[in-house]
Amino acid sequence: MNFFNLAKLFSVALIMATAANAENVLRWTSQGDALTMDPHSQNESPTIAFNGQIYEALVARDIEMNLVPELAESWTASPDGWTFKLRQGVKFHDGADFTAEDVVFSFNRALEESSDYKEQVKTVAKIEVIDDFTVKLVTDGANPILPNTLTNVYIMDSGWAKANGVEKPQDFAAEEETFSVRNANGTGPFMLTSRAPEELSVLTRNSNWWGDSMFPGNVDRIEYRPIKNAATRVAALLSGEVDFVLDAPLQDLKRIESTDGLTTKTVAQVRSIFFGMDQGVDELRSSNIKGKNPFRDIRVREAFNLAIDKDAIQRVVMDGLSFPTGIITPPGVLGNTPELDKQYGFDLGKAKSLMEQAGYADGFEIQLDCPNNRYNNDEKICQAAVAMLAKIGVKVNLDAIPKAQHFPKIQKRTSDFYMLGWGVSTLDSHYVFSYLFDGEGSWNGIGYNNARVNEITKLIETETDIPKRTALIDEAWQIIKKEMPYLPIHHQVLGWSMKDNVDVPIAADDHLRPRYVVFK
Amino acid sequence: MVPLLLRGFMFYFIFNRLAQALLVMAVVSAISFSLFNFVGDPVNNMVGQDATREQRIEIRQQLGLDDPILVQYQRFMLNVVKGDFGLSYRIKQPVSQLILERLPATLELVFASAVIAVFIGIVLGVYTGIRRYSWVSKIIMSVSLIGVSLPTFIIGIGLIYLFAVYLRWLPSSGRAGVIELGGWKTSLLTVDGWRSIILPAVTLSLFQLTMILRLVRAEMLEVMRSDYIKFARARGLANRAIHFGHALRNTLVPVITIIGLNIGGLIAYSVITETVFQWPGTGLMFIQAVDFVDVPIMAAYLIFVALLFVVINLIVDILYFIVDPRIRRGGS
Repeated sequence: MNFFNLAKLFSVALIMATAANAENVLRWTSQGDALTMDPHSQNESPTIAFNGQIYEALVARDIEMNLVPELAESWTASPDGWTFKLRQGVKFHDGADFTAEDVVFSFNRALEESSDYKEQVKTVAKIEVIDDFTVKLVTDGANPILPNTLTNVYIMDSGWAKANGVEKPQDFAAEEETFSVRNANGTGPFMLTSRAPEELSVLTRNSNWWGDSMFPGNVDRIEYRPIKNAATRVAALLSGEVDFVLDAPLQDLKRIESTDGLTTKTVAQVRSIFFGMDQGVDELRSSNIKGKNPFRDIRVREAFNLAIDKDAIQRVVMDGLSFPTGIITPPGVLGNTPELDKQYGFDLGKAKSLMEQAGYADGFEIQLDCPNNRYNNDEKICQAAVAMLAKIGVKVNLDAIPKAQHFPKIQKRTSDFYMLGWGVSTLDSHYVFSYLFDGEGSWNGIGYNNARVNEITKLIETETDIPKRTALIDEAWQIIKKEMPYLPIHHQVLGWSMKDNVDVPIAADDHLRPRYVVFK
Repeated sequence: MVPLLLRGFMFYFIFNRLAQALLVMAVVSAISFSLFNFVGDPVNNMVGQDATREQRIEIRQQLGLDDPILVQYQRFMLNVVKGDFGLSYRIKQPVSQLILERLPATLELVFASAVIAVFIGIVLGVYTGIRRYSWVSKIIMSVSLIGVSLPTFIIGIGLIYLFAVYLRWLPSSGRAGVIELGGWKTSLLTVDGWRSIILPAVTLSLFQLTMILRLVRAEMLEVMRSDYIKFARARGLANRAIHFGHALRNTLVPVITIIGLNIGGLIAYSVITETVFQWPGTGLMFIQAVDFVDVPIMAAYLIFVALLFVVINLIVDILYFIVDPRIRRGGS
C-alpha cells in the first residue's frame, strides 16, 4: 500500500510541477509529423500546416478560409499579372530584413526542378521588382485566381538560403540531407527551437512578429509530438499529456466530448468523397457484360446514384459526421451552390426501372476498388455500397486495399469503379474541373470528356470578369449534375479534440493555426 | 596434433557457416526486394495530388522505378556493398543515418524487456516448478496464458489505459529524458526515461517472459525427478542448495539457447510495440516506411534484421561447436 501512495504522491508532484509553469504551452499531437522543414520540398498537407507556423506566404487563409494579407499587404490584378505591395519592417527569425528580393528568390526556388510546388507557380512567367516592397508577378495571360494558389508558397530569406547552401529544394540525387530539412528561418509567429523528427518539435513565440498584437493567440510555446497509433493518441489526451489532438478517430469523439475537461469541435472539411465509374473504355475489365460498357448508359449511372442511400451512410456508417451531397465540391468553394449540393436522392424503385430500361434487369457484375487507410471509414462506406447496389441486382466485388496500391489503379486507368476523395486547396472549382473532369485531367480516371466542360475549364483560367466567370463555372456544374459521370457520396467532417481550457478554432483545411489559439 | 586438427576443422566449419550465412542474406534480400513490387507505388505519396502526369513519370525515371526488378536489385545491392542505402523517399534523409539514429532506442527497449523477461521468467519458473501445487503457482500459470494468447497491441493499449489514463502513473507514449552520451542517445539515465520505458518494455517482454517461465518450469519438473537430485537429497543438502545449485543450473542450457534465439524475435516484435507506444526506434520507422512505400528504408531494415538473425545463429552455431563434441565429429 505504501508504494501505491508514494507513486500517487510522486505523480501529483509531477503534475503540479508542470502546472506551476506560467507560460502557455500548447502540447499537441497528430498522426504524421511534417516530412521536412524545407518549405518547397514536399507538397503534403501536414507539412504545409506545420511549416505555416514558421514560414509565411504573401497571402494566407484565416480560420474561415477567407483570403487575408500575410507578407503582402494588398494586391491588385492587371491583364498581365498581379502586383503585390509587401509588408514593411518584417524581419526573419535570424534578424534579416524581408524585402522584394526574398520574394523573387522564393518563387524561383519554388520553380526549381526539385520543388514540389511547381504547379502552384507555373503560370508565373517572371517576377518584376518594382521597388523594395513592391513586386509584380507577370503571368502567361491573365490569371484571375493566382492569389488563391499562393497561400502555400512560403517565403524564405535569400541570404540565409545562400549561406547554408539551400538555394534549391533537396532532390533525390543528393548524398545527404540539406540544412533546410531540420532548420527553418521564416518570418512567422513561431520560431523553430528544436526538432527531433517523429519525436518532438518545439516552437517558441516570435515576439518580433509583425502580427503579434493583431491576433488573439496567446501561446508562448508549442510542443508537438506525433503519435501514429490512434488509440494511443486518444489516450494521451485522456491522460492529460497533450492539450490538443488534431485527428482523433471520429468514433471516439463522443467519448472524448463526454469526458470531464475535454471538448471536441467539428467542421465540414474541404474534401468530397465519391465513386468514379469508367465511361472511357469500350468494355469494363471486371464486368460480366462483354462487348459494351454499361457505365456509358446514363440510365445505369443514374440508377447507381439513386440506389445508394447517402443518408443511411451518414447515419449508420459515419455516425452522423458527414454531409451527403450531389456535387464533388464542398460549400466554401466557388461553384458550390445549395441547389447543386442537394443529393440525387434515394429511390430504389426508379433505380430498378432505369436498370430495366437500360437492358440490365438482372443487373451485372463489377469490381469496386476502395482504399482502406485514406478517408474516414472508407472501407465501410464501400461495404455499404456493395449491399445497396445488390438491391438493384448489381453484384459488386469489393477490393479494399491500402492507398499506396489503390491510387495507382486510378492513375493507370485500370479501375472500372473506384472510390476517391478530392480536396480543393484553391477553393475554386477550376481545381476540380482541371483534375477530375477535363478530358486530359490527371485524376480523371473515368474517361469523362465533355467538349463544353473542357472549354469552360480553359476559359475560367483567364476570365477576369468575376460574374461572367462564376456563370461559366455554374454552367459546367449544371452539365455535370445532369450527366452524372461520378457518384457523389458526401463531404467529410473534421473533428478536433482539446482540453476545455484552451480554444483551438477549427479550420476546414485541417491546419492548426496557433496565432488564433487562446488559453483561457 | 589433435588441437591443430581441431583448429582446422573449426576454421572449415566457420567458413562453411559464413558462406551459408552470405547465401541466406542474398536470398532474403532478393525476396524482400521483389516483394516491394506489390507494396504499391511510392510516387503517388511523394508528390502532391496536383502534380501532373509528366512530373510523376519524371520522378519514376529519376528513381529508376520502371527498370526491371533485377536491374533495380542489382543497382541496390551494388550501393549496399558500398555502404550506401540511398535516401528515404519520405523524408529525404540518408537511410543508414536514419537507422543509426533510431537503433539506440530499439536496442535499449529490447535490452530492458530481455532483462525483465529473463529475470522474472526464471524466478517465476523456478517457483512454479518447485511449488507446482500451490495456489500462487496456479494463478501465475493462468495469468501467464495472457502473455502468449493476447496480441501485443491489445496488451499495450490495455497497459496504457490502466497506467497512463486511469492511474496516471506513467506516460502513455514516447521516449522522454533522452541524454546524448558520446554519440549514443540513451534514456536509461534519467527518471523520465525510466518512466517512459517501463510500459513498452513490459509489453514487449510478456511473450518471452511467459515462454521462459514455462520452459524453466518444465525443465525444473524434469530435473527434480532425476536421480542426482534424489542423491543430493540423500546427502542431506539444504533445499536451497538443491534448487539453485543443482536443479536450476541444469535447466539453464536450453533456456540460454532459447533466450539467444529470441533476442532476434524481440527486435522483430518491437515493430508493433514501438508503434503502439510511439517509441522512436527502427520498428516504428519501418511501419511508417511501409505506409508510405518508402522502399529504401524497407529494404535496409529487412537486410538489417536478416543480418541480425544470421549473426546470432552463427554465434550459436559456433558455441555449439565448442560445447558439443558430436557436431565436431560430424564436421570430419
